[in-house]
Amino acid sequence: MSYRIGIDIGSTTVKVVVLDDDNKLLFRSYERHFSKVRERTCQTLRSIADRYSGQDVKAVITGSAGLGVSKASGVDFVQEVYATAAAVNTYIPGTDAVIELGGEDAKIIFFGGALEERMNGSCAGGTGAFIDQMATLMNVTGDELDRLSMGHEKIYPIASRCGVFAKSDIQPILNQGGRKEDVAASIFQAVVDQTIAGLTQGRELKGKIVFLGGPLHFLMGLRERFVETLKLDEEHAIFPEDGDCFAAMGAALCATDFEAQPFDQILEKLEKSQSAVTSVDTAPPLFTSQEEYDDFCRRHNSQHPPEADISTYVGDAYLGIDAGSTTTKLVLIAPDGGLLYTYYHSNLGNPVSIVREQLEQIYALCGDRITIKGSAVTGYGEDLIKNAFRCDLGLVETMAHYKAAAHFNPDVDFIIDIGGQDMKCFKIRNGAVDSIMLNEACSSGCGSFIETFAKALGYDIADFAKLGLFTEKPVNLGSRCTVFMNSSVKQAQKDGASVEDISAGLAISIVKNAIYKVLRMSSADDLGQHIVVQGGTFHNDAVLRAFEQELGRDVVRPTIAGIMGAFGAALAAKELHLEQSTILSADELARFQHTARPVTCNGCTNHCSLTINTFDGGRRFISGNRCSKPLGGKKVQNPDLMKYKYDKLRTMSGKGGGNGIRGKIGIPFGLNMYENLPFWYAFFTALNFEVVLSPESSRKLYLKGQRTIPSDTVCYPAKLLHGHVESLLEEGLDTIFYPCMSYNFDEGISDNNYNCPVVAYYPDLLAANLPDLQGKRFLHPYFGLHRPKDFEKRAADYFLQEFGIPKKETVAAARAAYQAYHAFRDDVYRTGQEYIAYARAHDMPIMVVAGRPYHMDPEINHGINDLITGFGFVLITEDAVSGEMDHQTRTVLNQWTYHARMYNAARYVCTQSDMELIQLVSFGCGVDAITGDEMRSILEQGGKLYTQLKIDDISNLGAVKIRVRSLIAAVEARKSQEQSRDDARQHTA
Amino acid sequence: MAELVYNKDGRLLFTKEMKKEYTILMPQMLPIHFEMFRQLLLLEGYKVDQLNNDSRNVVDEGLKYVHNDTCYPALLVIGQFMDAIKNGGYDPHKIALFITQTGGGCRASNYIHLLRKALKKAGMEYIPVISVSFGLESNPGFSLTVPLLQKLVFGMMYGDLIMNVSNQVRPYEQNMGDTDAAVQRWISELVSRFQQGKGMSRKAMCQIFDEIIADFEAIPVDLSHEKVRVGVVGEIYVKFSALGNNHLEEFLLSEGTEPVVPGLTDFMIFKIYNRVVDVDIYGGNPAKKALCQFMMDYVQNCQHDMIHALEKSRFRAPGDFEQLRQLVQGYLGEGCKMGEGWLLTAEMLELIHSGTNNIVCTQPFGCLPNHIVGKGMIRALKDNYPNSNVVAIDYDPSATKINQENRIKLMLANAKALAARADEEKAAREKAPV
Repeated sequence: MSYRIGIDIGSTTVKVVVLDDDNKLLFRSYERHFSKVRERTCQTLRSIADRYSGQDVKAVITGSAGLGVSKASGVDFVQEVYATAAAVNTYIPGTDAVIELGGEDAKIIFFGGALEERMNGSCAGGTGAFIDQMATLMNVTGDELDRLSMGHEKIYPIASRCGVFAKSDIQPILNQGGRKEDVAASIFQAVVDQTIAGLTQGRELKGKIVFLGGPLHFLMGLRERFVETLKLDEEHAIFPEDGDCFAAMGAALCATDFEAQPFDQILEKLEKSQSAVTSVDTAPPLFTSQEEYDDFCRRHNSQHPPEADISTYVGDAYLGIDAGSTTTKLVLIAPDGGLLYTYYHSNLGNPVSIVREQLEQIYALCGDRITIKGSAVTGYGEDLIKNAFRCDLGLVETMAHYKAAAHFNPDVDFIIDIGGQDMKCFKIRNGAVDSIMLNEACSSGCGSFIETFAKALGYDIADFAKLGLFTEKPVNLGSRCTVFMNSSVKQAQKDGASVEDISAGLAISIVKNAIYKVLRMSSADDLGQHIVVQGGTFHNDAVLRAFEQELGRDVVRPTIAGIMGAFGAALAAKELHLEQSTILSADELARFQHTARPVTCNGCTNHCSLTINTFDGGRRFISGNRCSKPLGGKKVQNPDLMKYKYDKLRTMSGKGGGNGIRGKIGIPFGLNMYENLPFWYAFFTALNFEVVLSPESSRKLYLKGQRTIPSDTVCYPAKLLHGHVESLLEEGLDTIFYPCMSYNFDEGISDNNYNCPVVAYYPDLLAANLPDLQGKRFLHPYFGLHRPKDFEKRAADYFLQEFGIPKKETVAAARAAYQAYHAFRDDVYRTGQEYIAYARAHDMPIMVVAGRPYHMDPEINHGINDLITGFGFVLITEDAVSGEMDHQTRTVLNQWTYHARMYNAARYVCTQSDMELIQLVSFGCGVDAITGDEMRSILEQGGKLYTQLKIDDISNLGAVKIRVRSLIAAVEARKSQEQSRDDARQHTA
Repeated sequence: MAELVYNKDGRLLFTKEMKKEYTILMPQMLPIHFEMFRQLLLLEGYKVDQLNNDSRNVVDEGLKYVHNDTCYPALLVIGQFMDAIKNGGYDPHKIALFITQTGGGCRASNYIHLLRKALKKAGMEYIPVISVSFGLESNPGFSLTVPLLQKLVFGMMYGDLIMNVSNQVRPYEQNMGDTDAAVQRWISELVSRFQQGKGMSRKAMCQIFDEIIADFEAIPVDLSHEKVRVGVVGEIYVKFSALGNNHLEEFLLSEGTEPVVPGLTDFMIFKIYNRVVDVDIYGGNPAKKALCQFMMDYVQNCQHDMIHALEKSRFRAPGDFEQLRQLVQGYLGEGCKMGEGWLLTAEMLELIHSGTNNIVCTQPFGCLPNHIVGKGMIRALKDNYPNSNVVAIDYDPSATKINQENRIKLMLANAKALAARADEEKAAREKAPV
């Protein structure tokens, strides 16, 4: 009998199996290694030493973390997907495809036809680690998450590409009272969508499918989502009993090809390799001595509010609540800022019940001695809490934090707040928030990230943070998003870094992420002279120290760093100078009831996921809405040029002025068509075609084309095209026109007139990736509209060849098309002027929304325009004002038409006192990495605030609201200052 | 001390005076080629230093000065400059920087502006940046004259040939290091010939090609086991630069494979050809087109010389530009020109057609053109060539080597499985009664 041992060392677990000659499983183990990869492996092997000691065995290692172990020990290695394929071939013949989810990898194998094996790319989080993170976020275990998911009633759309994205989608749902059951199932659905979108890349998943890996082995809810989504029956969805160990079994099967060795020798090799020294990229230590650390603590602990005692205090008090994304914070202060009561706790997904409990507690402690004269709430859950408890004031987080920071250092000129889920930084100039930077979806490396890591490594967060303080060699882990850090940690583990080194390394990487990614600063002077740091994450001394080290400057961390938002809210409540607070009294609180019910609003195409909260049986609060429509009453519509343009474009289908005898021609409504549709519509109707426009974009339409998207990291507007073309095909269109265009119209305001590569060449990509286009007439020629004469000639040739259309006719159609295009542009300009005049006549502020033409698509902008007009703005788009400025050389290459429009619009806004600008940026837009910095510098030099909204397939309006409201608050603060300066001037005059 | 002179747009110029006083720093991408270019520039009277710094600090400096959503090559090139300026022992008032500017709709044409932004951020706006491009920015102290261009073309041809043959010898060499020694020997040999004014005509080049090939053929090799060949294509910088692709070629060698890296010449011809195509598709100045056509023909002829020399030897010869152009028909339009454009797909096709089915397609994370011409074409390749085996690898400041290597290992394991299956099918066919 010869035994074969397969060892699968993954990112979180070690699996060991032993097979006999007949491929029968004799032994199996599945254990978490908590980053102690080699130790754990040896331990398992020692546990079976009594059985195999003294025998010759064949052993092979596999798995993402196994590569390093194999190299160090000299035990043979096979790639894990290859191993898995071997196991499936042996144990489940006739399989068509395998889906394997691991700790941090997702893999797919297609058998039958051409063999294809694929792993998730570097930006793909829909894996076991992602599920763990989500469970942590909801404060449940993996098993509980699974149980919850089985009781779901509805599925929310949650970003599936990336864990960080998903988090910011889930948070608002939880905070607005969404059911945990529904969220749990939605998380699993996100994993399913991610797997299909990210890995199938155009190949259809059908036939007998085998599901493998830990998460699919243990989580029934996840299985259910897969089976339902892929519409599989029992025969075609196989969940093998040892699905969690298949890669290890495959490794054992592959071991057949290798030399046998004595078991003890293999064990010895592995044990010896434990002490192998490898090089790790390291950073300087955080502290070199205990004294240094003590000094550091002393300095920071000196920043604290006055002492106060709730049990003896008599007088007025003010309540501040910060309903944050993961935590709820409450403070009750005396008029001098003295802390009477504080509370900081994870909100466990239900901030309402926590605030209620705490209020009851406070009332009990206050007795008759203390009167609450004002209450204010801030944070993600602001609206919900304010309505539930009738708080006097709701204020945007940035203002709350500034108020608190100014209490400790009135000269503060820079505040950075790193919380559980988000990072906020703002500059203060002349007593007003001047510049706001929030972390974007792909840059979150916040508190909950360390927490999740601590848990994954088996530590409590507080202990974990302390571990790294004195290590001599913190690992350098890079500064990008969570997924990258996961793999950086994996690499460090492979290289033998200790948990201490990793703890310090994580703290440093969070800081680097903040400074270089969110703030994009190159020196401490870019930040400011008086820096206040706050947020729960800065309670972590390792993070605080790393921050000071990276800046080379001491900063202020108040002792109440974690509750500064609530503290600032309380200060704001005090400034209201109310006689009495409207907050629920102790009696009312005793009768307080809260129920939440999810519904989908069908008022318009946004289809907002609403949560209807009912308090005390009567009072209602609806959240999740973009506009006022679901709140009853009519939707108030301020002038909105985005909507105007969109509606106008949507009318451009049919026969127009022609008779349609040349038949139907389909046009997908996406990317360059948002600019050029007026042109092509006029062109084709003049040629007597009937133009069929693809339907309006929607999530459903996106999912229709999802399986054919080859690059997961391309922008959402491009991804939508797959659905648009599929829809046209479904409508039975045989001829579809969608030209490739390197160049855009030349508007004379830039050095060249390019489109971005994705806009320019996506038609070629569609032709290569949509199997349904086979046999259809998909016309995607290269055309340039920037040279009308040349276009006429080329089009005449092309349409003669393609449809036999006489050249003369095409030339005439081209001329009509140019006319129509310019008429459309003129109309946009004129309407923009009307809207501006309207705003000025009604004394309303004007918001210029700068982006790319396709950002007017409601599925792409997620109704941000409604949100902006809902705040009382008149909305116009960049192209309505870009013509007001002439060509100007910029510090970046100004050779894209859309960029030039944005730059000019920004310059124009700087000259108009009643205009503000918001830039919309699609996630993954490489060229907007360039425009963003340039727009910021134009606006800041012109004394305006720069606000960028990053959007992807899913909307997180919470973050958008914070930005828009911060902008409004900052503008108001600026105005009132100017006002008071003017008053002062008049006074002195 | 050279005076700082600005043009009307306020751009700092590289003056004739600076040419005498300043050292020009050149970033690294292709060690063989760039050394040749450097030598040619030295002969023109420029003082040029090649940067070879590749410590972690290069990335850190890049992160500091470049928006890190910007592509990785920009971050590395600018990081390499900043690191060298700060730690390379140069007098910052006596240096200038070279950077190539291809123009076009890819954001890569912004590198020069990002570099200037970085210098400004670091308070070193007084360092002139020289654009190496066709007519995008001019400087009184530097110009790509026709004779210099011609020499650079020769330099590129020598570089491509040496890279090509060394890649075909290195995996099989019997004495470790023979190949690299030959490479070094030829670099200095060519340099000394350049100094004597030799090797700068097509005729001389053809002779030298034969010499180089003969020399590499003479290296003792063990060809008893053919190694799995792995093609490397991708965004130009991460494809070639070891700093950019985490020493991909070394890794492929260590895995017992033979890397096949298509050269720089096709890219150059491609960039010139784009201007020809532009006139065809969109209209434009026919004289310009004729000029480009002329330049293109010249480089193509040089390429043919190289291919011809290789065809006479035991080495595999690559296809020529025209072949690449033909192969890509039906995949991408000729107007697809941003970044590496259709050339990238064409290189994959050429590799597959010449028996290199296994390909690593490298790109910076989030590379825009590669959504289309790299990842976007893999499906179509797989459909048309079921044995093709392409893995797309993203490079980025924090993408870890272990993840990249694991994916390449998967591709290599696939290669084995595909080869085994092909053998089985072949055996089955042979067994089957006719």
